[in-house]
Amino acid sequence: MEYVIWIPFLPLIAATITLIFGKWYIRKQAHWLPCIAVFGSFLLSFKALLDVIGGARANFDLYSWVIADTFHAAVGFQIDPLSVLMLAMVSFLSFLIHVYSIGYMEDDPGYYRFFAYISLFTFSMLMLVSANNFLQLFFGWEAVGLCSYLLIGFWYQKKSAADAAKKAFIVNRFGDFGFALGVFLVFLTFGSIYYEDVFARVHEIAHTTVNVLGVEVLLATLIAVLLFCGAMGKSAQFPLHVWLPDAMEGPTPVSALIHAATMVTAGVFMVCRCHEIFELSHVAMAIVAAAGMITCFMAATIAPTQFDIKRVIAYSTLSQLGYMFMACGVGAFAAGMFHLFTHAFFKALLFLGAGSVMHAMHHAPDPTDMRYMGGLRKYMPITFATFLIASLSISGIPGLAGFFSKDEILWLSFVSEYPWGKLVWFVGTVVAGLTAFYSFRVVFMTFFGEFRGKEVLHGHEPHESPSVMTIPLMILAVGAVVTGWLGVPHVLGGHNHFAKFLEPVLGHPHINLPYWLYGKKEWIELFLMAISVGVGVLGIAVAYVVYVKKPELQRLIPERYPALYRYLYNKWYWDEIYDATIVKPTFFTARSIVQGVVDSILIEGVVNGLPDLIRRGGESLRRLQNGVVQTYALIMATGAAVVLLLVYFF
Amino acid sequence: MEISLSLKYIPILITALIVFVIGLAMVIINQVLGPKRPYSEKYLAYECGLPPTGETRHRFDIKFYAIAILFAVFDVEAVFLYPWAITFDQIGFFAYIEMVVFIALLLVAYFYAWIRGGFQWD
Amino acid sequence: MWSSLPSFVAVYPEILLVVVASIMALADRWVKLKDVFAWITIATSVIALIMVFAVEGAVFGNSYAADTYGLFFKMIFLLALIMVTLVSPGYNRMVGIHFGEYYALLMFAVTGMMLMASSKDLILLFLGLELMSLSVYVLAALLYSDLRSLEGAMKYFLLGAFSSAFLLLAITFLYGLTGTTYIDVIAKKVFYPGLADNTALLLSAALFVVAFGFKVALVPFHMWSPDAYEGAPTSVTAFMAVGPKAAGFAAMGRVFIEALYNARVDWVEYLIPLALVTMFVGAILAVVQTNIKRLLAYSSITHAGYAVLGIIAASREGMAATMLYLFLYLFMTIGAFSVVTLFRQKDFLGEEITDYQGLSKTHPWVALVMLIFLFSLVGIPPTAGFIGKFFVFKAAYEAGHHLLVIGAVLASAIAAYPYLRIVMLMYMKEPEKDLAVNVTPYVFAGLIISVVGVLILGVYPEPVINFARTCCAGLIP
Repeated sequence: MEYVIWIPFLPLIAATITLIFGKWYIRKQAHWLPCIAVFGSFLLSFKALLDVIGGARANFDLYSWVIADTFHAAVGFQIDPLSVLMLAMVSFLSFLIHVYSIGYMEDDPGYYRFFAYISLFTFSMLMLVSANNFLQLFFGWEAVGLCSYLLIGFWYQKKSAADAAKKAFIVNRFGDFGFALGVFLVFLTFGSIYYEDVFARVHEIAHTTVNVLGVEVLLATLIAVLLFCGAMGKSAQFPLHVWLPDAMEGPTPVSALIHAATMVTAGVFMVCRCHEIFELSHVAMAIVAAAGMITCFMAATIAPTQFDIKRVIAYSTLSQLGYMFMACGVGAFAAGMFHLFTHAFFKALLFLGAGSVMHAMHHAPDPTDMRYMGGLRKYMPITFATFLIASLSISGIPGLAGFFSKDEILWLSFVSEYPWGKLVWFVGTVVAGLTAFYSFRVVFMTFFGEFRGKEVLHGHEPHESPSVMTIPLMILAVGAVVTGWLGVPHVLGGHNHFAKFLEPVLGHPHINLPYWLYGKKEWIELFLMAISVGVGVLGIAVAYVVYVKKPELQRLIPERYPALYRYLYNKWYWDEIYDATIVKPTFFTARSIVQGVVDSILIEGVVNGLPDLIRRGGESLRRLQNGVVQTYALIMATGAAVVLLLVYFF
Repeated sequence: MEISLSLKYIPILITALIVFVIGLAMVIINQVLGPKRPYSEKYLAYECGLPPTGETRHRFDIKFYAIAILFAVFDVEAVFLYPWAITFDQIGFFAYIEMVVFIALLLVAYFYAWIRGGFQWD
Repeated sequence: MWSSLPSFVAVYPEILLVVVASIMALADRWVKLKDVFAWITIATSVIALIMVFAVEGAVFGNSYAADTYGLFFKMIFLLALIMVTLVSPGYNRMVGIHFGEYYALLMFAVTGMMLMASSKDLILLFLGLELMSLSVYVLAALLYSDLRSLEGAMKYFLLGAFSSAFLLLAITFLYGLTGTTYIDVIAKKVFYPGLADNTALLLSAALFVVAFGFKVALVPFHMWSPDAYEGAPTSVTAFMAVGPKAAGFAAMGRVFIEALYNARVDWVEYLIPLALVTMFVGAILAVVQTNIKRLLAYSSITHAGYAVLGIIAASREGMAATMLYLFLYLFMTIGAFSVVTLFRQKDFLGEEITDYQGLSKTHPWVALVMLIFLFSLVGIPPTAGFIGKFFVFKAAYEAGHHLLVIGAVLASAIAAYPYLRIVMLMYMKEPEKDLAVNVTPYVFAGLIISVVGVLILGVYPEPVINFARTCCAGLIP
């Protein structure tokens, strides 16, 4: 299966060529090479997927980077169900979004740059998922972070975009620091950075404890928590979630590809990849579940208060990522991956739909503000239809992708062996309702009612996007429906192929039911399904009443509970809290250090303290006549004398 | 063994000391005993008995240095020819070739100086 | 008659360089298009590089050996020559020193270095060192209308002569003790118990440390280097920062590792304090520099401190690490200096660090290339600089010098600051003036070679590491 090396390298080649020659030679044709390369990656990934389904596996090193005794670092590929699934998904979505961008980025002066960056991103992401060792995982991890930084700040002339890029970069550094420590600890513990070696020997540390600041901690807990720090940064989980909503400053295809479908799910992928380590530690699993629940709930409460269409979807992404971590936190890794997979399709579709709407509204001063939209279904039917499918899918309406994956998570958490399973189920069900509500709030505010943006558009009519944008929407809409059918549960007459496919890597969760309920397993599952569907339908219904039937109800919450509304509208004040507790003190300390230490000690002390030797001053000839060369010789001679004295000391 | 080896050099040390002491003594005794009657001619620079004309710290044309350096280079290189010539019949053909190479390299330097106008006064 | 002549095949590369250099020095007057000299230099270096790989054997009564150890260093010297030649046409035309003698002097200097790397006799080593040094003194003074150039070259020359005296004294002591100047024979005569702990031998080793310390600019014998680097034409500075330094290390390998291997417990003790002081002083003084050439001078001092760690390890692995370090250092240093040459205009030096302010906005490509070199100089993976540091640190650590390695890591943390300051200026500040860059096809090619070298060797260093290991295998019995 050596051909898999071309899956990441095709986009890399395309990115390099586009980056070097784009500005002068390729310019408006810059999309060809990346699109073809990514399509090639997709075909190869699909072939790899078929091969893996046929039973093939591969684990090989392309070449060794550094070999030094026990430390062996290489660029290598591990092709198993988990990685091949990610490869196929990433390359497929990346291809669609490349195509969509041809239309979306049409008149941008940085056209070639954009395509070079997203191809580079595709390369990094494919390297990340196909790695066979932790170091390459870390490399991909940093590389996707770098691309994300470049693309958030793509319109770097805009101050908000530059700030958002910086914020994403800095917040991710916190997570990555922990992640790097985790990788280092893995190497120290197992003496290898290969997944194969590490996971084969992971049971050896099942009872090993280490002393951290006086507290005995399971070594597995320590490693898992450190690794999870990275996941919290990359997948924007509480408390490192603050960068993702701001990242919407980037171009919309970027939001769809990087900040919804692929990069932000890298954390989930990593947790699943390392599930052997996480499973050793209940504490780590609890932390994963807790982070997931808090993020899931928090984001779902913030989303209904926002008016920026992309921000609502961004909070929705946070919330759905929370679902995935909740699944991981109850040991249902395959369910988490399933949700990751279906979510990638419907969330990319939501973003691209939003991008299509923005394309229509681009004459408005703020093309993302939903208060100036409304009634758009008349102007852009394809966008409306696809957006609606995605919203139904995310709301968990039966038959669509989101329904199957979400119910898999809820069911497996309800019957989980972990004590917090029921809590996870409860939070998940509540959030399912909230999700349906805010998703349809967007649908109704944008596509229903009267068009409210006549004045801001200055006479321009909103219009449907070109077919280069709508065709990807339609393909994704198909994906947002059918991807769910890969994992139809047994209770609905399916075979749950998805979980079976991943079972060799991820295992399967233990179902923990009281024995007297065991026979009624199917009924419970159906009952839970009914609850979540009911909650979802209820959410849609409430949204319909509030935003279509009786718009005056919209003012109910802000007027009755102004404090609560302000709290939610200001995103639980996390930005302000971080600003007060971390950003400001850091700036203050840094400034004090710079002024106090660097200026007064380094500059004053060193420069003025060792005058002629290091200060560049005066004209050169004067120094020569000053006899400095004699000083030089004197210093040399002194040094020689000292070295010669060493002869007698040693 | 070690001690006796060092002892062997003791006479040299003593000789060096005696020489040093005598030299120093002569200078000091001169300073102490000699009469001091300075007059202006004694402070003048010595120019073979003639009254000095102009400053002693006098700037020379750089060309003198250039010629002097060229002279020194070729003169010193020529010295290498003597030991070669003396042992010519013993070291044979190999040394002959070596000397040809050596002179060829000298010629390169010579031509270089010539081309760059090193031999022209103006 | 001709058959009685010994074979000179082993020195054919050097002979080629000397002949071509002589012809170029003479031909300068009649050649109007001076770029021709650059072409000839590159062609000659490439041919010499091929020849270096082809020839082997010993000549001149075994005082010169074309062995694999010399081969590795000759590869460094000739690559440095090629890359410096690529930098030169554009820059030298701008400052008015674009002529045949320049290239001839470069080639003479490289010949001297090659003699040093392959010498099996201390006298030949001294001869090579002087040939190299005299050529470089003249090169440093080429901008003779610029007082800085003259001053730097003058200091370099005076102090260089001073250090040559130390070298001769060291050779004299060794000759007095062993009765020979042949490195092989000395290596056989120095052993425990006996000559290896003789005080006079240790004095000789200490004097070698001083003399080579000067050539590779170890503190406190580095005093000449910031002035000489700043004053010399930048193309020459690039050459000085790589060539003579690598040659100094080649000679160190010959003397310390090959000849005095059995006395290693002692000379290692002299080198350790020097290495520590070098790394820290270089790193700290780089912080306060405002001129980029001076900054890179201190940077090259610091890097000499790292490279010497491999010698201190006194093992095959250590020597291989030092050789690898010098090979990687070649690309990043000449690359960084090449970028510095781009900003030189007739009436504008472009050497102040503040000139780089906002470079990413005005010349994003130049800024990116500089960023790669700076990251490599700091030692951030996956650039070549990281690989180099990793292996020297590892070699020193395995040799048991744990505290030294901790010191080296600390020093490299300090040393990162001045480079990152430039990065900060380039990427975080708004440009104040619009700099013109002077990119010729030559320097463009040179920059591509350096960037590719820095990145490829950072990602795939294995062949070079293995080659270095093979090359220094014959050094230690």
